[in-house]
Amino acid sequence: MTKLICIVCPKGCHLQVDVGDTIVVTGHACNRGVEYGKNELKNPVRVITSTVRIENAIYRRIPVKTASPIPKPLIRKAMLLLDKISLAAPVEVGQIVVEDICGTGIPFVASRSMERVEKAEG
Amino acid sequence: MDKYSIIIVGGGPAGLAAAYGAWKSEKFRESDKILIIERDKELGGILNQCIHNGFGLHYFKEELTGPEYAERFVRMLEDSPIEIMTDTMVLEITRESEGIKVCTIGKNVGYTNLYADTIVLSMGCRERTRGAIGISGTRPAGVFTAGTAQRYVNIEGYMPGRRVVVLGSGDIGLIMARRMTLEGAKVLACVELMPFSSGLTRNIVQCLHDYDIPLYLSHTITEIRGEKRVEQVVMSRVDENRRPIAGSEVVFDCDTLLLSVGLIPENELSKTANIELDMRTGGPVVSESMETSSSGIFACGNVLHVHDLVDFVSQEGERAGISAISYVHEISQGREKSDIFKLINGANVSYTVPQRMDMARISNNTTVFFRVNRVFAQSRISVTSGGVEIVSYKRTHMLPAEMERILLPKKILERANGDITISCTEETR
Ligand SMILES: Cc1cc2nc3c(=O)[nH]c(=O)nc-3n(C[C@H](O)[C@H](O)[C@H](O)COP(=O)(O)OP(=O)(O)OC[C@H]3O[C@@H](n4cnc5c(N)ncnc54)[C@H](O)[C@@H]3O)c2cc1C
Ligand code: SF4
Repeated sequence: MTKLICIVCPKGCHLQVDVGDTIVVTGHACNRGVEYGKNELKNPVRVITSTVRIENAIYRRIPVKTASPIPKPLIRKAMLLLDKISLAAPVEVGQIVVEDICGTGIPFVASRSMERVEKAEG
Repeated sequence: MDKYSIIIVGGGPAGLAAAYGAWKSEKFRESDKILIIERDKELGGILNQCIHNGFGLHYFKEELTGPEYAERFVRMLEDSPIEIMTDTMVLEITRESEGIKVCTIGKNVGYTNLYADTIVLSMGCRERTRGAIGISGTRPAGVFTAGTAQRYVNIEGYMPGRRVVVLGSGDIGLIMARRMTLEGAKVLACVELMPFSSGLTRNIVQCLHDYDIPLYLSHTITEIRGEKRVEQVVMSRVDENRRPIAGSEVVFDCDTLLLSVGLIPENELSKTANIELDMRTGGPVVSESMETSSSGIFACGNVLHVHDLVDFVSQEGERAGISAISYVHEISQGREKSDIFKLINGANVSYTVPQRMDMARISNNTTVFFRVNRVFAQSRISVTSGGVEIVSYKRTHMLPAEMERILLPKKILERANGDITISCTEETR
């Protein structure tokens, strides 16, 4: 039996996951907890958020996120991909920043829009 | 003279939702002028630096990052007649015969007085600083509040340090422990004075456990060492009275100390407007329509009480906006008086928002937010008036770190015949 805390929503249900012939999850307040409990034992995944460089925008960094959760062991490698990126404004929210994170088929996308400004401040 | 129907002070999620709520309300008329004043370069408030995800599950039914959540709201206002002034700060709010006077200073407007029928206060909160908790030792560079560090990393693109200790387990501290780790820093410890964390459980899991960052409960930092830059911090265990225990010291070699020791609602303006503040929340005392003790001045969001979920900030903001626009039209017709019942904190409840019920103005469902003062397993929330229980709710667990919320339908509230008490008790199974 494994005790987990569901991180899918802020409620933070205390889950119990029992692995027998099938995986049985209890303690969840909704079904997303069941899915989380199962995944967390088999293939834990996380959404990763960070920033990349941007030119000609209001700030020097623009926030990005993985379009869906990626496997936990890939987090470090995924972060390294971002170091090489430099965008130029304008950027639209949802615009693809890295096409495919380490063969997962999951992209990094911009998590806000930034207009072009003539002289970048701050 | 330029007179607005509503001036909203602060363009974070609370202020944006207030503007949206007022504009979309059935009370809104073409002639109503609404203005948002924001001191920063752009709208969105603290959300712009909260690049992590976890926002919007209740409000938009999907999980968004802070900037995405802010952008959605800004877009919702795009085709509205709402005026926006950024790079402009409100200095003072006073009551004059012409209306409520809002004294502002800004990049484009200079020093100007604006007038309004109603005001919505949505200035958010600021972080408690080191001075507020007084740690002994030297005064080197390298001590930051977690939110400041967050701004440096996520917006300005600077790393505050390489070897980090976080004091306080508030959400901002936890989020920053993960963020600094992802950016290549080593986070040595997260140190919490209380025997329980003050952050959301999910943040303990996904920010500390995921990155093997140890959490020390019932511990504090007792000394900061270093000449120009932080070189070491000393951690001590504390007893039940939160006093450091001699001999329990552990020394960490680090260059940075992040403080996540609480937020304080930003109410300097409320004070100049003579608004009654609640000692427990640090924000104005409000009725269920979010009206403060000064009639026509409303408040919502973190300026009212510290929220952990932006979704509820938006909900509260909309309510304030709707109330403000209703007020504008009520005063032109003469506003009727109504019974005001107080909401009293019963057993184990440390505060409620609202603190009052304006019985003639209650809506179909009134949300009451509150916090409990200890950890609860199976428990019961009881709402009484005149010694009689009018409704009760069950919970499987409650924590001081997590804001609780109950929804009181109008027909239940109408059973109240005087002040209303909210209390919590553990249920034995
Ligand atoms: C680090 C951090 C992490 C968080 N994580 C989550 C999370 O994972 N999920 C979630 O749902 N919620 C989260 N929250 C909570 C949520 O972001 C806040 O509750 C919400 O942003 C509060 O909104 P607000 O509008 O009240 O305040 P703010 O966003 O602080 O906005 C207040 C605005 O008022 C402006 N202002 C203040 N004074 C003046 C003045 N005198 N004149 C003009 N303008 C003024 C400020 O510049 C600011 O833009 C987090 C908060 C923080 C700080
Ligand atoms: S089980 Fe459902 S309700 Fe509970 S934390 Fe997970 S997602 Fe939230």
